[in-house]
Amino acid sequence: MIFSVETWHITVFSLAVGLASTLVILPFGVALAWLFARRDWPLKSIVETIVLLPLVMPPVSTGLILLKIFGRRNPIGQWLYDRGIEVVFNWKGVLIAMAVMSFPLLVRSVRTSFSEVNPRLEQIAATLGASGLRIFFVITIPLAYKGIVAGALLAFSRALGEFGATILLAGNIPGRTQTLSLAIFNFVQTGKDPEAYVLLGITVTLAFVFVWCSEWLLRAGKRA
Amino acid sequence: MTISKFARMAFSWLTVILFMLSAEVSARADEVLVSAAASLTDVLRDIGKAYQLKSKHKLALTLGPSNFLARQIDEGAPADIFFSADLAQMDLLEKNGRLEPGTRKNLLSNQLVVIVPANSKLSVASPKDLMKPEVKKIALADPAAVPVGVYTSKYLADEGLWDKLKPKIVPVLDVRATLASVESGNVEAGFVYKTDAAISQKVKTVFEVPIEKGPKITYPLAIVKESKKKEAARDFMNYVLGPAGKTAFKKYGFVVLD
Repeated sequence: MIFSVETWHITVFSLAVGLASTLVILPFGVALAWLFARRDWPLKSIVETIVLLPLVMPPVSTGLILLKIFGRRNPIGQWLYDRGIEVVFNWKGVLIAMAVMSFPLLVRSVRTSFSEVNPRLEQIAATLGASGLRIFFVITIPLAYKGIVAGALLAFSRALGEFGATILLAGNIPGRTQTLSLAIFNFVQTGKDPEAYVLLGITVTLAFVFVWCSEWLLRAGKRA
Repeated sequence: MTISKFARMAFSWLTVILFMLSAEVSARADEVLVSAAASLTDVLRDIGKAYQLKSKHKLALTLGPSNFLARQIDEGAPADIFFSADLAQMDLLEKNGRLEPGTRKNLLSNQLVVIVPANSKLSVASPKDLMKPEVKKIALADPAAVPVGVYTSKYLADEGLWDKLKPKIVPVLDVRATLASVESGNVEAGFVYKTDAAISQKVKTVFEVPIEKGPKITYPLAIVKESKKKEAARDFMNYVLGPAGKTAFKKYGFVVLD
């Protein structure tokens, strides 16, 4: 069964939701990273810490919090449910779990790359009459884009590896919310080691490629 | 760049995402979602395939540790049936009023068995036979911590054999590790659950611990009170409790309770 239809389905599903999650958090991550790197505001350190929390907290506890928020017992979850938006036991739950868990990695990487952009270049652009938005898109982003892409790749890899928060929020429904990590768990639980090893091979390969590219971009960014 | 511009951009992005999410069509009304303990994966898949051939309803599974599943249902997750690997989680949901009254059924049990490598000549008519000199090592999931190990040591102690067999016992991580060490022939015998023995071709069962002497393991199932597909859920539950379901469970090594 080495590359069965099921294996392909799980892999494509994981990649698709992982990509969607990365695209969803990208603008927010970049904006927040810029605010962290370039602005001082009240309670900044508190917000920075909260954003980083999912990186160090047990994923299962993050999943539990998400389940509490999006479950029907909570007003938010009930509100969404009444409007036909299901998160629990749905691919949207997978996306949210991945997004929350990978967000800190994105913000951290992008923040670093923004701090490495020389603020004098932005100041010069300002003296030449460029607006804040123009400076951001014409000076800051182009100078930091390698770091941004590296951060996005790292976040994407983290999203692909997500397990604890996903299984709690989205469940583990084959063909609907089952990602590579969840499928590996299931195969190991039911004693199907060969099938688990196939998926393991896929995850190791994907993780290696994306993390390697991310590191390469960061190094290239430093040289530039 | 001002913060308010950021906020405006973030807001428009959020609108796009919300639109994307609300466009999703909700699942078919006649699909029963069974929230089941991971150890039931294979048997429920088999049952589901057979069920879908003769019913208009479809079956979907969500699989995980029973305590996670119970927690999800407690938070209002849209499962139709809960199939737990232990009583405590079902009791919790029953106490919180999450189960449809009168639908709970303690359906399955599991049994301790002695396994040996598939090519072994060893015969075990009673646990005393494990004292034979050709049995040098017996694999057992950590008798201090893992339930199957705890149950086995208690059973052997009740039989008056624990102290005599103890020098031969090799404590391993869990049931999977027990299975692996017997499969590889590194030990002459091991204790596992019958359902675990059933999934390996490389081991054979030589002795089954009588149910009344072993641990009380129970797999209960019930319809979730908030289910929107109770008719379909009842239909599937009847199928599971019927002869086809029972045959499938037995094939996978489960003991069906009556």
